[in-house]
Amino acid sequence: MIRLENVSKTFTDSNKEVHAVNNVSLTINDGDIFGIIGFSGAGKSTLVRCINLLEKPTDGKVFVDDAEITALSGKELRKARKKIGMIFQHFNLMPSRTIFGNVAYPLRGSGLSKEEIKEKVHHLLELVGISEKENAFPSQLSGGQKQRVAIARALANDPNILLCDEATSALDPQTTKSILKLLQQLNQTLGITVVVITHEMAVVKEICNRVAVMDHGDVVEEGEVFHVFASPKEPLTRSFIKTTSNLQKIEELIAADSPVVATKKGELIVRLSYVEKNTSEPLISTVTQKFGIILNIVFADVEIVQNAPIGGTVAIVSGESSRIDEALQYLRDKNVGVEVIKDDRVLQ
Amino acid sequence: MTGFFNRIIPNVMDKLPDFFEAIRDTLIMVGWSGIIAFVLGLFLGIVITVTKPGGILENKVLYQILDKLINFFRSIPFIILLTWVIPISRAIMGTAINVEGAIVPLIMGTVPFFSRQVESALAETDHGLIEAALSMGSGPLEIIFRVYLRESVSAIARGTTITAISLVGLTAMAGAVGSGGLGDFAIRYGHDRNMTDVTWVTVITVFILVSIIQLLGNLVVKKSRH
Repeated sequence: MIRLENVSKTFTDSNKEVHAVNNVSLTINDGDIFGIIGFSGAGKSTLVRCINLLEKPTDGKVFVDDAEITALSGKELRKARKKIGMIFQHFNLMPSRTIFGNVAYPLRGSGLSKEEIKEKVHHLLELVGISEKENAFPSQLSGGQKQRVAIARALANDPNILLCDEATSALDPQTTKSILKLLQQLNQTLGITVVVITHEMAVVKEICNRVAVMDHGDVVEEGEVFHVFASPKEPLTRSFIKTTSNLQKIEELIAADSPVVATKKGELIVRLSYVEKNTSEPLISTVTQKFGIILNIVFADVEIVQNAPIGGTVAIVSGESSRIDEALQYLRDKNVGVEVIKDDRVLQ
Repeated sequence: MTGFFNRIIPNVMDKLPDFFEAIRDTLIMVGWSGIIAFVLGLFLGIVITVTKPGGILENKVLYQILDKLINFFRSIPFIILLTWVIPISRAIMGTAINVEGAIVPLIMGTVPFFSRQVESALAETDHGLIEAALSMGSGPLEIIFRVYLRESVSAIARGTTITAISLVGLTAMAGAVGSGGLGDFAIRYGHDRNMTDVTWVTVITVFILVSIIQLLGNLVVKKSRH
C-alpha cells in the first residue's frame, strides 16, 4: 500500500516558487493499477517521484507498506527503493551495457551468485517476452522492446510496486497497447501494484482500476475508473474523457446544424449514459415496447471499462409527449443518465 | 645510410646520445605527470560533477571552492607557474630542475585542465540514467563507477587524448627552465645555436608522439562505443 499524506513539493527557481505538488493525500491499495492523469506541468511526474523519493517532498509524509519512506536514512532508503520498481518515458537503459547487463545491473549486491543472476535475468527477459535480444545493445532495439527491457530491469529485485512515468508516451499506439497489456498481465500474475502516470485518458481506460486527476499540483478528482468515467465531477476530468469518447460530439453537431440531428416538431434529442454497471438489461428495447415511443439512435459509443460497459447513446425520441416523459423517468429509475439536449416539444 | 643522415641532419647525428636522452626524458615527463594528473584530474572532475547543484552528492560550498580553484590555476600562464611552484617542487621532489623538477609543475598545469575535460565528459551522461540508477537503489559510489564512469569511457578517452597532447606541449615549455626533454633539446641547439636540422627533427619526433597518442585515443573511443 502506498499512502501519501499532505505531500507538497515546491521548487524554488531564481526567487520564483513553483508549487509542483500541493498538499496531496492519496492511498493506493495493493494490487491496484492506479492512474494519475493530468496535462504536462500538472505535477504528476513530481508526485510519482515523491513515492520513491527521487524528489524529496517539501512537506508531508509518504508511506510504503507502512514504512515511512520520508523518514528513512540514505542506506535504508536505497534498500526500500529496490522494492519499488520504476520505468520511464525514455526508458533510461544504459547504452554501454547489453540487454543482459542492463537487467543484471540492479542484481549486483543482492547476494545472488553469478549463475543465479544469469538464471534470474533469463527468467525476467522471458517474462517480458524479449529473451532473444539478450546480447543486443539498447541502441539496436525498438522503443517497445526497450520498454520491455526496462520493465524486466525494474522487476529484478521482485518489487511490490511498479511506478510508470509516462511509460508509453514515446511509443506508437500499437506498441502502447502491447506494453499496457504486459503491465496488466504483470499486475495479475505477480500481484504487483502499478502506478501509471499519463496524459492519455485512453491509457487509464485501458488498464487502470482507480484514477486521480491532477491539475496545477492538486488532485482534483479521484476514484474508481468506472465511476469517474460515468459521472465526472470536474470540468477537467470531463475534458479528458471527451478525448476518448464520441458522446460529447452531439453538441458540436447541433451547433453545426448537422442534418444528422435535425428534429421534427415533437421530437427530442437525448443522451443516455450508463452510470452504473447495470447495462445487461435491454433498456432501449424495453422502453420502446413499454411506452410505445420510437428511439432513433443517432450514434452510440459503448466501451468496456473494468469489465462493464460504459458510454451510451444519443437518440432522437419521437412519440406521445407524456409517454416520452414516462419513458425518460423509467430510464432514470433504472439509473441511466438521461440528458435532454434538444427539445422540440416546447414549440407545440 | 649513416652517411646519408650525416649529410642532411649533421647536428642531430653529432648529438645522437643527447637526442635519445631527450626523447627518454620527454617520455618520462609525459608518462609520470600524465598518470598522476589523470588520477587527480579524474578525481577532481568526479567530485565537481557530483557536488554540483542537482548532483548526487550536492555540496554548494565544496563545489564553489573547487570551481574557483580550478579556474584560478587555469588562469596562471604555464611559464609563470613553472617558477611559482619551484619551492613546492623542491619540497616534494627534492629538486626544481631536471625531469624530477618538471613533474610537479606539469601536474599542476594539467590537472585543472583535465578535470574540466572529465567534468564535461561526465556531463554528457543522460540524467535519466542517474535517475534510473537511483530508483534501483544504487548508492553514490555505485553510480559514479557503474554509471558515470562506465557510460563516459569514450568521452573521457577523448578528453584524455586532448590533455595528453597538450601535456606534450607543456613539457617542451618546461624545457625552457632546464627540465631536459625534446623541448629543451630543440631550444638549446636548434634555436639558440641556429641548428635548423635539430629543430626539424625534434618537431617530427614530437609529431610522431602526438600521432601515436591520438591514434591510441581514437582506438579506445572506437572500442567503447555501441
